[in-house]
Amino acid sequence: MSSNVIIGHILISVGAAFDFFGCLGLLRLPDVYSRLQAATKCVTMGTMMILFGTAVMTASPWIAMKAIICAIFIAMTSPTAADALARGSYLNGVRLWDKSVVNAFKERAEEIKYESGEEK
Amino acid sequence: MTFVYVIAGILAVSCFMLLYRIGHGPTTSDRAVAMDILGTIMVGFVCLSAVARKQEFYINLAIAWSLVSFIGTLALAKHLEGKRLDE
Repeated sequence: MSSNVIIGHILISVGAAFDFFGCLGLLRLPDVYSRLQAATKCVTMGTMMILFGTAVMTASPWIAMKAIICAIFIAMTSPTAADALARGSYLNGVRLWDKSVVNAFKERAEEIKYESGEEK
Repeated sequence: MTFVYVIAGILAVSCFMLLYRIGHGPTTSDRAVAMDILGTIMVGFVCLSAVARKQEFYINLAIAWSLVSFIGTLALAKHLEGKRLDE
């Protein structure tokens, strides 16, 4: 085996481990927001690792280039989607866990509800 | 080739965890989160296919899948927020 194949195997293994533990967090954590945090961070990192491993170990430069483009795209879109989901679920009325310490979005959410009430 | 099978097995176990969360999630938001993550894991699966088969079009599939998954998640979030899709 050449060195780039070994590096690619290591990267893909680490990525699969990140994916696994992210999904374990989504299974085990208590409420929507902590689940969202664990799953999004771990799975984004894991899938990007798999993409970089593909880019390293493949022979064709076109596959490598497209894999890196896809990794950059995931790095841009996944936090955006997670933020939208968290905001949507808070405004939908999903409550935080009982033992949560801080809620930085509370005042802003009340403002948003007030504004949308005025429009109607 | 054994390597690809092992990694695909790990990803499949992750997918089953997500399916449990989709089935048993207490709220709609849990299901939406699990759907989003399922889309991201599928991108990893498709890349693994590109590694195994050494074909270029699998990577095109991965890019398209991540785009569609992103748009779908944004639509779900907007629906959860209680707005219509054109607001």
